Formats: sequence, C-alpha cells, structure tokens
Amino acid sequence: MQTILSIAIDAFAYGMALFIICIGLSLTMGLMRVVNLAHGAFAMIAGYIASYAARDLGLGYAIAIFLAIIGTIVISIPLERLLYRRIYGSPQLTQVLMTIGITFCVIGITNYFFGPTLKTIPLPGSLSQSVNVGFKTIAAHRLFVMACGVVVALGLWFLIEKTAFGIKLRATVDNAAMADALGVRTQVVYAVSFAIAIGLAALGGVVGAEFLPIEPYYALRYMVTFLVVVSVGGAGSIPGAVVACLLLGAVDTTGRYLMPEFGNFFFYAAVIAIVCVFPRGFFGRAQ
Amino acid sequence: MRDVAGIVLIVAAGMAGYWLFPDNLALLTRVIAVALLVLSIDLIVGYCGVATLGQAALFGAGAYAAGIACVNGVTEPLTLIAIGALAGAVAGLLMGTIMLRAHGLAQLVLSIAIVQLFHEAANKASAYTGGSDGLAGLTVGPLFGVFEFDLWGQTAYLFGLALLVLVFIALKFVVSSPFGMLCRGIKEDPVRIKAMGSFVFPVLLKMFVISGAVAGIGGALAAISTQVVGLDSVSFELSANSLVMLVLGGLGTLYGALVGTVIFMGFEHAVSAINPFHWMTMVGALLIAVVLAAPGGLSGLLEKITASGKRTRGGRA
Repeated sequence: MQTILSIAIDAFAYGMALFIICIGLSLTMGLMRVVNLAHGAFAMIAGYIASYAARDLGLGYAIAIFLAIIGTIVISIPLERLLYRRIYGSPQLTQVLMTIGITFCVIGITNYFFGPTLKTIPLPGSLSQSVNVGFKTIAAHRLFVMACGVVVALGLWFLIEKTAFGIKLRATVDNAAMADALGVRTQVVYAVSFAIAIGLAALGGVVGAEFLPIEPYYALRYMVTFLVVVSVGGAGSIPGAVVACLLLGAVDTTGRYLMPEFGNFFFYAAVIAIVCVFPRGFFGRAQ
Repeated sequence: MRDVAGIVLIVAAGMAGYWLFPDNLALLTRVIAVALLVLSIDLIVGYCGVATLGQAALFGAGAYAAGIACVNGVTEPLTLIAIGALAGAVAGLLMGTIMLRAHGLAQLVLSIAIVQLFHEAANKASAYTGGSDGLAGLTVGPLFGVFEFDLWGQTAYLFGLALLVLVFIALKFVVSSPFGMLCRGIKEDPVRIKAMGSFVFPVLLKMFVISGAVAGIGGALAAISTQVVGLDSVSFELSANSLVMLVLGGLGTLYGALVGTVIFMGFEHAVSAINPFHWMTMVGALLIAVVLAAPGGLSGLLEKITASGKRTRGGRA
C-alpha cells in the first residue's frame, strides 16, 4: 500500500512537472502550428539562469524563478523575430529541422559557457523539508510542483476561455487572415502567446529540475519526451495535456519503480498504443 | 545518359577516396553505410513525403540481424548482407504498417517512439544483442572465398562501394519506374491519387519495405566492416543526423543523399576531433542556414545556380 501511494505521489508530481513544460509546447503547436523542438532548450536555459542566480549569486528561490522566466523570454524574443517568424506556416519537416538546429546551437553554446557538468538549483529550507499530510509524509517540493501545475492549468484555461486576449487568440488560430481583417493584431497575438509558451517552459524547467536534471544535453534528451506528451494529449488542448502528462507520468514512474531494467520501454509502448488508437491525441482537433 | 555519368562519377569519387585516404578507409566505409541509410530515408521522405525521425530502427535491424547471424556461424558476407536486407525489409513492413496509420505530427512521433522502442528492446535482449556493451566478436569469412577482410579495411571499403553503386543503380530504376512516379504523385497530392483510382496505403507500404531493405543493407555493411554492432545503430541521434544529412544534400534526389552524407560526415570528422560541442553548434547553425537560405539543400542550390546560368546564356543568345 505504501509503495502504491509513493508511486502515485511521485507520478502525480512528475506528471505535473511535465505538464508545466509541455503545455507551452502544446500552445505553440496547437495554436500557432509550429513544431517547436527547441522548447526543451528554453527550459534548459531557464534552468541554467536559475542555477546561476540561486547557487552562484546566492539569491532566493523565488527570485531565481522570476529571473529565469524573464531572462528566457528576453532571450527568446530575438529568436522569435529572426527565426521562428519565418517558419510559421511552413511544412512540418522545415520546422522540425529549424528547431533541431536551434536546439543544437543552444546545447553547444551552453556547454561552452557553463561546462558539461550537472547544475543544481538549491531549494529553500521550506521546500526541502517534508510535510505530513495525515496519511503520509511528502517532500514539500513535490507539493509545490503539484500546486504550480494546478495553478498553471487553471490560469491558462481562464486566459484562453475567459479573457479578451483569449478570444483574439482563438480567432487568430481559426483564421488568421480574417482575424487580421477584423482588426486583431495577429503579429502581437503570436508574439505574446510565444512569450507565454516560453515563460511556461522556463517555469517548468526550474521547478521540474528535481525530476529532469539540468545539464547541456537536457534539450536533446527530453525533446522527444515533450513532443510525445503533446501529441498524445492533442496539440493545443489543455485537458489533453493534463491527461497525457498524468497518464504517461504514471506509466513512466510505475515502470521505473517496478521494473527499472526495462528503462523507457513501457513509456514508448504506451505511446505507440495510444497514438494508434487516437491518431490526433486524446483531445486533438480535426485538422 | 546523365545517370551513367553520375554513376561513373560516384565510382570515380569512391576510388579517389580509396587512393587519397588509405589510412581512413574504416571511416570511409562508415560513410558508405550511412549513405545507404540516408538513401533509404530519401525514398520515404523525399519521394513519398512521409516525415520520419526513426529510420535508424531499420538500419539497426539490419545490423543486428547480420551480427547475430554472424555470431551464430553464418560468415559468408553476401549472405549476411542478404540477411540484413531481409531483416530491414521486415522491420520496414512493421514500421510502415504502424506509421502509415497516422498523419502529420502523430506520424513523426510514432517514428520516434518506434526507434526508441527498438533501442530499449536491443538494450534489454542483451543475451542476443550484447546490450549496452554492443555485439562483438563478429568474424566474417572471406568474400567469394578469396578476399579476406583485412586490418586496413581495403576489402570492406571496396565491397561497400560496389554495394552502394549496385543499390544506387537499382534505386534509380525504382524511382523512375511507374511505381516511383506514383509515390511522387502521392507526395504531391494523396487525395487526387486516390480519386484517380489507386490505393495509397499499399504503395507507401511497398516503398517502406524497399527503404527498409536498403537501410538493412547499410546496417549489415556497418556490422561487417566494423565487426561490432553497438546500441548507437538504433538510436534517435543517428536517425536525426541522417535526416539532417539528407536535407543538407537535398530531398528527393538520390545524388543529394550521397552528397549530403559525404559533406556532413567529413565535417563531423574534422570538427568533432577538436571539440564535440563546437560540432553541435556548427551543425545547428548549418541547419538553420539551410532552412533559411537553401530549402532544396545543396543540390537544389546547385540546380538554381545552373538554371539561372542557363537563363543568362539564353538572354545573350
């Protein structure tokens, strides 16, 4: 019983960490139709910034997260203007190649400046202790990640479904030319939603660093995981991403607990099964 | 006539490599094996328009099949190549059946999932594949019973070159046959091809099988020449790199696949000796440059230049 509980808690926390990173990718892919394989690279950049701020400069965890998000968005703006803007609406293969290229560059440059070693982000005392929740003690950091995931999911849902910006965003997605003609500044909408996606990647990269450790190959190692999660959930769908992250997080964590020698086998077997049954993902829209 | 000249050029380039770099024949043989893999990707991506990031699964299937057969006493090189081709074709059939169920992004993700699954399976079945240590101890018998595979890799290289030329000629026939044309038609507009009364799925599946056989031959050649099969032959990295080579050379032309492989692996050899991370930055920058400046790859660029040259000549006349 204890094992099942700890698997469930770990799976939930891992799934939520995945969710925070992947929902940004889901937004770029579903709403902006860009297969951004460099998404993990942005999460990695954020991890490095946070690690530098918290470990080398001795700033607080909250400030480190804030700096990481701002810093990553600032880095992403010229990339969006110079590179991404050219591949909106291109064939998927072009987008894949361009973003793999960006990923490679980020990996090479990061390693040049920070070296190949693993970077840690020191947790504050309040998050590194464990908390008794009645039936079990849980690491406070796990609870923090879960809370972040829930907040992000609700916040995004509110933003897209309930605000004026969300309406403009959905209009742009459905028909960019028509939205433009009706006075929606689609370029601004694209830029803002790209920044939101990158900011979420940054947040996920920092709070998820306990599960996905920050190192130069981070961007390449988890690129496939993020892409897989998004396509299983259905690009652009928040509930889809939640379900996919929790399900795949559960499959992965259970596999690692019970049969560690099989590695990622169950994860990818589950992915093939799911994609064969739901080719557009759980909540994907017909294209 | 152009194709005959092209094939003569390939043979000449191969022989030039043989005479110019007698100390690097192992690397050159590796280039040939990867060139076969890139050709096989070209068949699927360039001619059928199915994006895949999992082609190394077929390459690895050929390599492991040949390796396992070799360890179990089959040492005749041509038989090993045939076994590799067969294993690759079977893997291609399997992969095509799964991948062709989906479209677009899901297809790409399926191809990645398949290669990762192959990777884990090869890692897990260490009794047969040697797991992460690799499958070592392959002793290949002499070719035709005469030519031993020597330490310098001369036999392996010439054998590989001959294989590459034969495969290349065969593929030239395949892509210019009515079947090859049908594949191109499907790439342009599958709905229209369906409306014209032909079935899309079996045609694409057939191309997957052919492509699998070619990749399997490449894998078997790699296994024979290096006498070891490592887990990296079924890796996502190999799949991604070979797709990059193809795009660098140019999609949809068989020559582009060869040119891209040679240039990419030559650069890799030169730069990664200095620092592997500089290499990644360079490949990344190269990819971005190709996508932005030359979407048709190097061969597309060449065509553009010759085409504009022709126009100027026409203008002057």
